[in-house]
Amino acid sequence: MNAVLTAEGLKKSFGAVTAAANISLAFDANTVVSLIGANGAGKTTFLNMVTGYLKPDSGRIMFDRRNIVGLSPRQITKLGVSRSFQVPQLFQTLNVRDNLLIAESIAGAKDPQAATDAALARFALEPYGHQQAGLLPEGIRKLLDVAMALSSRSKLLLLDEPTSSVSADEKFAIMDVVMGAARAAGVTVIFVEHDMDIVARFAGRVVAFYDGGIIADGTPDTVLRADSVRRYVIGDEVPHAAA
Amino acid sequence: MKALAAAAVALALLIALALLAPQWLVFMAMLALAKGVVVLGLVVLMRTGLVSFGQGLYFGIGAYAAALLSHQWHIADAAVMLLAAAAAGGLIAALLGLLLARYRDIFFAMLSLALSMILYGLLVKSAALGSTDGFNLHARTFFGMAFASGMERRVFLIAGSACAVVAALMVHRLLGRHWGRLASAVRDNELRVSYLGASPYRVVYVNYLIAGALAGFGGALAALAVGHVDPETTYWTTSGEFVFIAILGGTQSIIAPFVAAAIFEALRTIASQYAPNVWQMSLGLAMLAIIMFQPAGLWSLAERWRRSA
Repeated sequence: MNAVLTAEGLKKSFGAVTAAANISLAFDANTVVSLIGANGAGKTTFLNMVTGYLKPDSGRIMFDRRNIVGLSPRQITKLGVSRSFQVPQLFQTLNVRDNLLIAESIAGAKDPQAATDAALARFALEPYGHQQAGLLPEGIRKLLDVAMALSSRSKLLLLDEPTSSVSADEKFAIMDVVMGAARAAGVTVIFVEHDMDIVARFAGRVVAFYDGGIIADGTPDTVLRADSVRRYVIGDEVPHAAA
Repeated sequence: MKALAAAAVALALLIALALLAPQWLVFMAMLALAKGVVVLGLVVLMRTGLVSFGQGLYFGIGAYAAALLSHQWHIADAAVMLLAAAAAGGLIAALLGLLLARYRDIFFAMLSLALSMILYGLLVKSAALGSTDGFNLHARTFFGMAFASGMERRVFLIAGSACAVVAALMVHRLLGRHWGRLASAVRDNELRVSYLGASPYRVVYVNYLIAGALAGFGGALAALAVGHVDPETTYWTTSGEFVFIAILGGTQSIIAPFVAAAIFEALRTIASQYAPNVWQMSLGLAMLAIIMFQPAGLWSLAERWRRSA
């Protein structure tokens, strides 16, 4: 398989805090990968480095066989890396339709209106089309945020806690919609998630972060059962002898 | 299509006014039109969420550019003056915009104010430009055509109206498309705009440039009406007037700036006629009333009326 994104020896520290300690990861095309870890483990820092928001102290990030370290978020977005945010980043005073229309127009869709209709349908947002984005319930705002990120030019979709601050009974429904849309668009997905049920259900591969490093990487079955992950990420009591 | 029809009606009314109205009304209409064009530019800028308290800079540049053409180079053609003024405003905005487009909110407002006051300071100090007195300008022809005395101003009003209507139509087109939505997007959330792959800086820069060119044009039109320029054109109270008119009209329509400018000029004329000592207070009270009772501007009244009809 060919890797869409490859990180090689990424290092980043904020003062005395090491947010990335020599991280090397490769992501294959058309896979769904979940990044897990406690707060401060370095998951969001990793996303921020990939999207150009933060510059790693050293290391390379190859996207489509091109080193993207040093490019701005805008330039990286133009290459096909899209992201959603933990706190949805919307155009609050505009309606849902205009939010998507702006996204599709910037992405250079041939027919932005048609692309917007398709996005509304794909994300089940049609009933909200004319509602102001700032007044929507959180779950819908989350969906709209992802819908705006996933435009016609996306190749890699990064989701930062797509189900945080959404009620437990909505989480699966939202993820079903998001993953269905991502699959239909044929993009690679990397998502940061704290809910292990969501991780187990939707990820094909799980990467566990701890203290700026990677402590486990593999299928959900193996990673979620690993002692180190249970101890440092999930917070289970692990018998000492087993550790 | 609707916009074209509205533009045609507006132009016809303005031409009728230019041909039939008494001189004092023609003069007032020219001033109102000049300010309307400046405020049109301000409205474009406000779509990105930025208010410039220094549009007097470009208003003054336009006025002085027109006056200098007549004074230094003896070019007395109004068409040349208007075009040169718009170009001068656009050019300076293209330069200063490189800096200003990086700033937002109060920093943008204050920096634009500071730049206009720098020009004011320069003009006041330069004896060659008549310092605080300014100097006169004479425009006698339009595209080489000469007119009987008394007709000039009427012709200039028609020409100014035609240009203003075209400018308003172009702005209407621009804001009704992707660019207008993108400007609102920049106002709402620049982070998201960047992460969609567009440059907020570029949007602000281009809108600033448009505002500068329109203000330059307005400055020349006002100078043609008055026949005189002085540093007052760049003073902060002049810039404040433009913001006043923008708030009075509201930013949701491209007709609003012109209607508001006409109301403003009428209000000022009446106030200074009947209450010469307190005319500024009258304007202040009008502003207070607008902000308290009609914060989206007078245009929202028209919108409400249209919706109920």
